[in-house]
Amino acid sequence: MSDLTIKNLKKVFEGLEIIKGIDLDIRDHEFVVFVGPSGCGKSTLLRLIAGLEEVTSGHIYLDDKEITDIAPAKRDLAMVFQTYALYPHMTVRKNMSFALDLAGIDKKEVEAKVNEAARILELEPLLERKPKALSGGQRQRVAIGRAIVRHPKIFLFDEPLSNLDAALRVQMRLELARLHQELNATMIYVTHDQVEAMTLADKVVVLNAGRVEQVGSPLTLYHHPVNRFVAGFIGTPKMGFLKAKVESVNAGGVLVSLSCGHQVEIAVKGEHLQRGSRVTLGVRPEHLRITAASDSTFKAKLTVSEHLGADTFCYVETADQEVLTVRAAGHFQMKFGSDIGLELDVQQCHLFDDQDRTLARITTPL
Amino acid sequence: MNTSSLPVEHSAQAEESSQSVQSQRRRKSKISLAMVSPSVVVLLAWMIIPLSMTIYFSFIRYNLLYPGDEGFVGLENYYYFMTDAGFTAGLTNTLWLVGSVLLISVVLGVLIAILVDNMFWGRGIVRVLLISPFFIMPTVSALVWKNLLLNPVSGVFAAIWNFFGATPIDWFTHYPLGAIIMIVSWQWVPFAVLMLMTAMQSLDQEQKDAARLDGAGPIAIFWHITLPHLMRPIAVVVMIETIFLLAIFAEIFTTTGGGPGYETTNLAFLIYTQALLEFDVGVASAGGLIAVVIANIAAFMLIRIVGKSLTEKH
Ligand SMILES: Nc1ncnc2c1ncn2[C@@H]1O[C@H](COP(=O)(O)OP(=O)(O)O)[C@@H](O)[C@H]1O
Ligand SMILES: [Mg+2]
Repeated sequence: MSDLTIKNLKKVFEGLEIIKGIDLDIRDHEFVVFVGPSGCGKSTLLRLIAGLEEVTSGHIYLDDKEITDIAPAKRDLAMVFQTYALYPHMTVRKNMSFALDLAGIDKKEVEAKVNEAARILELEPLLERKPKALSGGQRQRVAIGRAIVRHPKIFLFDEPLSNLDAALRVQMRLELARLHQELNATMIYVTHDQVEAMTLADKVVVLNAGRVEQVGSPLTLYHHPVNRFVAGFIGTPKMGFLKAKVESVNAGGVLVSLSCGHQVEIAVKGEHLQRGSRVTLGVRPEHLRITAASDSTFKAKLTVSEHLGADTFCYVETADQEVLTVRAAGHFQMKFGSDIGLELDVQQCHLFDDQDRTLARITTPL
Repeated sequence: MNTSSLPVEHSAQAEESSQSVQSQRRRKSKISLAMVSPSVVVLLAWMIIPLSMTIYFSFIRYNLLYPGDEGFVGLENYYYFMTDAGFTAGLTNTLWLVGSVLLISVVLGVLIAILVDNMFWGRGIVRVLLISPFFIMPTVSALVWKNLLLNPVSGVFAAIWNFFGATPIDWFTHYPLGAIIMIVSWQWVPFAVLMLMTAMQSLDQEQKDAARLDGAGPIAIFWHITLPHLMRPIAVVVMIETIFLLAIFAEIFTTTGGGPGYETTNLAFLIYTQALLEFDVGVASAGGLIAVVIANIAAFMLIRIVGKSLTEKH
């Protein structure tokens, strides 16, 4: 069992509140990813859980046992750091056995555990090397190995892949997913890279400025973001946002007019909206289509297109200087500055009120 | 280029051109040699002339009190220097002085560097104060210690001893070498602190965090993380301090004058007494060369011991 419960956790650094009251439940065997922009307090939250920072107020429970004030080593957690933090003068073997040696565990048992971790991570040929003689990916594996040998209840990862090159990052990502299966462990993983979040997580926690914005499965966050921040943060390329004005609210949805005059009806509940209220319409690149300029009242100008092979991402600018991204087919060709028309997949659009909260859908789109 | 190993059916033209390239290269290297030669010559002269003069003096009878009597005497000067009543004392005192000051400055340097690495109010000022003794001239600091601190009647130490009802110690009479070691340490601990303090800042905080998670307490972190991290700067401190400590002179000259007896005479001071108190340049030169040899032996051993951690890549 390894359930982690966080209650109203706060952390103040030099008079500045960095973590502003976080409540969180993490279940056994879950792969939880904390994601958010740089400086939002992800590392701080992880360090609070690990016990490396002192909690200002609030409580942390591991399996109903309060660990808020327990020493880091006694929490049954292991952490993998962004810079790997290997001990440079120790061999790989010694790096991995350090915690067990300090705990005074029997030599044979230590050896067995280190060998087991080395086998899982394919580190056997490197055991007698020093960290400086390893590549980035190998160092990362040693750092993970150091965590594995302790058989912790929860693994904590702080941006473990951010120092690796792109190809290695993909490989290590798959390896981490495999490791999660093989060890059947609970993992908390911090990243600012939402691709990592989407691919690895059972549950994503979106953090922003020391607060939890939304908790949910990757697809829930993608399809049902609770507010504009989550909508903009999850998904690449980003969701496009358009200023809009409410024309009328009725049973079937909300009719809004965009700044260019184009009107669309979105099937969301808008009881608290009045005619004339300012709202924001959000639309993802795949829910936009480029048409001939004459075919649509929603007009724009093509600025840049990025050809990725399978897809082409077109950046378009509306008359009101709002920039949208459109996903088009890979063979899409059009000249810079061309006038185009845009077609929205109204079923898939999101509407945010003036406080940037998402308006609930009337029917869930398929 | 080894042309004999080239295939024999080599067109004359190719040979010619390769030769011209070769000669061009040779000309170029000649030019560069000509360019660097002045500095090489100056550096060589800088080193060779004093050294050869010293060697020459050490083999002749050369006493300023008896001019005109400069005959070749073989190893006599060396014999006189090494059998001088002060030689054994000078050698052991030198080793004691260097050894103790090194030990004190490394141990205190490490402890102080770790201490001031923690955040506390006024850390900046404390750091500056800590390294400031290093910038005081040796003669000045020796005089300050002699007259203000260690003086058995009016010194600060005497006042402290009196305050606790103890009899003040006459340092320069009873523990002369100890007093010198104290003074020299006071000057060289700051150097160690400076070097190690800077090194502490490059210690990866996440390594310490990782060690804490691995269950290491402050002492285990010191032995397993901090000290290994400091090995390289410690080696640098030991090397540099050794070079300067072998030649300590001003502190001895201003305080004890090498005495009482030979108790605080080191090799540098012994050479001085030979040359300028007994006016025997020949014996002093021999002593200087012996000191060079000893310094080289010390340097060689140091490099064997601590140099390994310097050349090892991290
Ligand atoms: N030890 C500290 N002292 C003061 N401020 C800190 C400390 N650690 C982090 N912070 C501040 O907390 C904020 C969040 O930092 P962090 O948790 O590292 O963000 P990230 O989400 O990028 O990991 C930052 O603004 C940072 O300046
Ligand atoms: Mg961070």
